[in-house]
Amino acid sequence: MTTVTRPHTSETFVSGADVVIESLVRHGVDVIFAYPGGASMPLHQSLTRYRDQLRTILPRHEQGGAFAAQGYARTTGRPGVVMATSGPGALNLVTAIADARLDSIPMVVLTGQVGTSVIGTDAFQETPMVEVCRGITKHHYLVTDANDIARVMREAFHIATTGRPGPVLVDLPKNIQLTQLVPDYNAPMRLPGYHPEKRNVRPEQIAQVVAAIKRSKRPVIYAGGGVITANASAQLRELVEKTGIPVTMTLMGLGAFSADEDLCLDMLGMHGSVYANYAVDQADLLLAIGVRFDDRVTGKVSEFAQHGFIVHIDIDPSEINKNKIVHLPIVADIKEVLQELVKSVEPPTASLHDWHTQIAQWKTEDPFSYDTTFPGILPQHAIAELSRLSADRDTIVTVGVGQHQMWSAQFFKFRNPRKWLSSSGLGTMGFGLPAAIGAKVAHPESLVVDIDGDGSILMNIQEMATCHCEQIPVKVLLLNNQHLGMVVQWEDRFFKGNRAHTYLGPVHHPEAFGKGDGIGPQDRYPDFVEIAKGFGWHAQSVSKKADLESAILALINAPGPAILDVQVPYQEHVLPMIPSGMTVRDLIKR
Amino acid sequence: MRHVLSATVQNVPGVLAHISGMLASRGYNIDSLAVGETEDRNFSRMTFVLRGDDRVLDQVRRQLEKIVTVVRVDDISSRNYIERDLMLIKVCVPIGTARTEIKELAEIFRGRIVDVATDGVIVEISGTEKKIEGFIELIRPLGIVELVRTGRIAMVRGNPPTRELTEAADGARPADSSSESDSFA
Repeated sequence: MTTVTRPHTSETFVSGADVVIESLVRHGVDVIFAYPGGASMPLHQSLTRYRDQLRTILPRHEQGGAFAAQGYARTTGRPGVVMATSGPGALNLVTAIADARLDSIPMVVLTGQVGTSVIGTDAFQETPMVEVCRGITKHHYLVTDANDIARVMREAFHIATTGRPGPVLVDLPKNIQLTQLVPDYNAPMRLPGYHPEKRNVRPEQIAQVVAAIKRSKRPVIYAGGGVITANASAQLRELVEKTGIPVTMTLMGLGAFSADEDLCLDMLGMHGSVYANYAVDQADLLLAIGVRFDDRVTGKVSEFAQHGFIVHIDIDPSEINKNKIVHLPIVADIKEVLQELVKSVEPPTASLHDWHTQIAQWKTEDPFSYDTTFPGILPQHAIAELSRLSADRDTIVTVGVGQHQMWSAQFFKFRNPRKWLSSSGLGTMGFGLPAAIGAKVAHPESLVVDIDGDGSILMNIQEMATCHCEQIPVKVLLLNNQHLGMVVQWEDRFFKGNRAHTYLGPVHHPEAFGKGDGIGPQDRYPDFVEIAKGFGWHAQSVSKKADLESAILALINAPGPAILDVQVPYQEHVLPMIPSGMTVRDLIKR
Repeated sequence: MRHVLSATVQNVPGVLAHISGMLASRGYNIDSLAVGETEDRNFSRMTFVLRGDDRVLDQVRRQLEKIVTVVRVDDISSRNYIERDLMLIKVCVPIGTARTEIKELAEIFRGRIVDVATDGVIVEISGTEKKIEGFIELIRPLGIVELVRTGRIAMVRGNPPTRELTEAADGARPADSSSESDSFA
């Protein structure tokens, strides 16, 4: 009689929590942002056993952890992983989950949950996380059987990173984390309805695009975040080199095509360049690649690119004809499409000389500009200077949301993909600092600068502690105008300048009513230099234009985390501007 | 325009909530939604009836297919299909009143009286939306006490079936559902 002996490993019982963490390691995760609590303690205990393979970073707020995970994901293309406990911990992740969904960022979000026996009883720190997150995740799981953990984790990583990436939530009840089991890490996935790999470009579609390019006289490429997600920048560049088609990018697409190129039209849309918006308006062929015709890009959508034949290339079928009816949709991986396209593409039959000349003229007439003679420091100038002074380094820029975000998009030169991190779809203030943390952790050799506003940074300022304690030397260029600048701009343009809770100093100050005659140095609030020093940061303030260059260099060269508080006026408006829902004909230049 | 969508979904908790939540949050109005297990317990079938132009319908279909647990969605309105709705209707007809009339009407509509009490009867009737609504209007003057309907279910006539479950489970999909250009180019 023979005895069959199973391999020792398959007989070893481990906890559900160990299966979760082992799964992370098996999926190549090397850093997790995790804030503990009652319902996630077994997971944290397990993390201590994997210290050598997996770095655990403790943020100071769950939202900070989630945006740090995004920063990691946006700069690497690999899924960012964040973990929180049940209830409030989990809910603090919600904004960042929705943010990742709108910007198509791969994330695996782990949350502790109350034990299965008390789910539904309004137990302490219980919230129905899956219910809350249905509409804002790519997919979601509530694990109710520990034997499912390994399979669910496989599915979570697969779904988060394939097709159009997005956040996947795995909600893990505490008793499931504590269950002892023999895991099967090779359990097959059960995803009969999920097959992004079957979205392939067909030869006749390529032929149609080739023909459309050949007969075009005024072609434009409108490239978005999908080009970056697909790692297709090289292919995009090749397409441009072979055809001479100029490229404009969305906020998400910046860096997909180098800002140094003559054929780069920079950003389009509401605060995009005059020349990009003119070019799209006049185009007879629009190659829309990895974009979604967002309202901030199109303005009045019916008149967007109304003279052009529109080709829309995207991996997500639900984007086709969602906002704009297009003539030739191609649902496939962008890199694959561009690879096929460059094999057979030819330049337009008619010379693009006139088109290039026209565009060059628009560029000369209306470049992004600001008053270079202004005696103080304009926010645009500070960004342009940072761009100039960091040009020789591998620099990653993150931003908050508002005027400083748009100016960064306009005045910082992005030459490569994954160097520009912006909460673009959701527009979440407070994104900049935590996103910079994730970027710096993933790229310790790079210079990571959060260009932030005084409103935005205060929303996640607690992450300064994370930078200090975890030794993550990010830099902050704070454009401090004491106001919520973008809302102020809209108040000025559309509400007769009536200040409605957009001044960030004390409410009795005349500026709170728009009646001030300026904000003196003694009035500035809060004192970001003191705050930063309290967190153990290097901190400096600058108000004189002549001091800016040396202050920026000091910021860049500071050994640890450092902030430069730049005192800027609040009267500046982001221009050009196409007001919401309007067309290129309504473009405000100055 | 009226459309009938037939969706095959994974039979896992939360699918119905996910789908109905998506439809509501994107502002799509559904006339009717019916759901039940298929011959394979791993899958459920949902039948949607909705109104809208082709563009709306196209978006609904794509948004449904985007949900990970949705295996496949077919718009069967343009095909030769059977559609049914099941109704139970309780009518107030005490003994000595219009009971014969009810019985005759039910027979004409191929319905059945499934419960008889002293003060009323329950009629079971199945058929198309039009037929069911025709019956309701005829009965209404007699006094409807309670009415419940399943919502529309539908199936394409003949072979092949609407879809092969095994095929879907293997991940195979016909070319026309994963490519775009035919319908829009």
